[in-house]
Amino acid sequence: MSVKSTIASQFAQVAAEQERKLAPLTEDLKLIDCGLDSLSFAIIVARLEDSLGVDPFNSDRAVDFPVTFGDFVKLYEGFAK
Amino acid sequence: MPSKPRSLWESVTAAGGPCGRLHGLHATVALADLARGSSLGGRLDELRARSVLIAIKDPLAAALALIELDGVARRMVLSPPDLAAAHLPAVIQGAALDACVHEADAPPGPLPGIDRVVGIETTLRPGASARESSQATEWILLTSGTTGVPKLVRHDLASLTSALADAGPPPEPIVWSTFYDIRRYGGLQIYLRAVHVGSLVLADPAESVPDFLARAAAAGVTHISGTPSHWRRVLMSGAAAKIAPRYVRLSGEIADQAVLDALHAAYPQATVAHAFASTEAGVAFEVRDGRAGFPASLIEVPGSTVRLTIAGGTLHIRSPGNARDYLGEGAEALRGSDGAVDTGDRVEEREGRYYFLGRQGGVINVGGLKVYPEEIEAVINAHPLVRMSLVRARRNPITGAVVTADVVLADDPLGTERPAPEALARELLTSCRRSLAAYKVPASIRIVPRLEVSPSGKLVRPSA
Repeated sequence: MSVKSTIASQFAQVAAEQERKLAPLTEDLKLIDCGLDSLSFAIIVARLEDSLGVDPFNSDRAVDFPVTFGDFVKLYEGFAK
Repeated sequence: MPSKPRSLWESVTAAGGPCGRLHGLHATVALADLARGSSLGGRLDELRARSVLIAIKDPLAAALALIELDGVARRMVLSPPDLAAAHLPAVIQGAALDACVHEADAPPGPLPGIDRVVGIETTLRPGASARESSQATEWILLTSGTTGVPKLVRHDLASLTSALADAGPPPEPIVWSTFYDIRRYGGLQIYLRAVHVGSLVLADPAESVPDFLARAAAAGVTHISGTPSHWRRVLMSGAAAKIAPRYVRLSGEIADQAVLDALHAAYPQATVAHAFASTEAGVAFEVRDGRAGFPASLIEVPGSTVRLTIAGGTLHIRSPGNARDYLGEGAEALRGSDGAVDTGDRVEEREGRYYFLGRQGGVINVGGLKVYPEEIEAVINAHPLVRMSLVRARRNPITGAVVTADVVLADDPLGTERPAPEALARELLTSCRRSLAAYKVPASIRIVPRLEVSPSGKLVRPSA
């Protein structure tokens, strides 16, 4: 599974668990508008660390905090390489 | 009428005993033989009015030392067998110790401040010791401090035995056992009960759970105590049926409904009781109705010598079982301004019953919301396929922390098909979601083969 599809399925799963309506995950969807709260993002980041082996937010590298879904995917793709 | 303090030996003798036996792993001693013999090779008098470090590996030898020394020594420090050598100098200095009792065949190296060293054996040598009390000996117990250096908690025989019923000899012989080491408060309580009314089977760290249970059964164990973690280990050992006790006691950690129910099922003939006690606060109460938590009617009972209050969300206890103080220069105060010991255990009332939420210091902060690991563990542990679990904080860039759980599965003697670990983890998450607020639901669940249990019988919790 690609990094992008792993992330997308994690978004969908957490949204379902938290009983939240997830907006269609387009590249330019603003994360703030995607329907998830900060707890959902916290859970997604923890689970992605388990499945992808990276937590870009806790790395030594400076990160640009992602604004859109596309940014979020690129951030992980940059670290997963 | 103020009476002369009785030593443990005088107290045991007055209680109609000494009739029982102390069963160690390698030897058994009849308490009555202590009237005619000594484990200290006739050297008890060298320890009179001394401050004595009891640094003994063997639990049976330690059990004998306590009887020999109480009323004779000025002070004794009950050093648990796993005390780190690096902490010894601080303990010796803090308690102003000047003597040491140790195994006769394994003398310790030089210890600062100690100028008298006496060996002990579990084979009694003839020759009675003059064991009558010349003073109320101080009993010093060690508890773990936040910095790792043990705190010295000062008790005496009166405070340690305040929860013992003065009911005279029991109608049927009682054989106690405990998974605790007797140099910890939970084990010491069982030791003191046992020597007054019966016998005691002492646990040995070298022994497996099935072997220990077999030995306890052979000695005819009727009453047995341990922490919920000890008991989960028994339930996981496949050897629980080796014993058939009349009384099963839990203390030292929160007894959740799952472990209480599992023990009821394993020992249908037994009273399953959970007690609340701590080294500092002493024994506060025992609950025998088979339900987790305790009835609200125990709080602020007028005229009771054990006075329980809730202040700042935690249980406070004022009782004759309270320790006197912390020993050592500059030690913190044991009691608060209300004269009670704050146990640091958070409780919450629901429908006339108080439930323990967890330790005040063990809180996980998820985005500013407090989570008590024990509350989540109780939900997870209620699943029939789960034996025990550990909930801990996991660092998180979004909320500071999220909750994560490590889960140990129960033995499955029927060999029924189990769901795959991932499916089971999902099932557990679903039940957490049903009964917990979203921020308390673990972000991840791992199925693990085992969880670490400390020498004191409690789940090892990472210091947050």
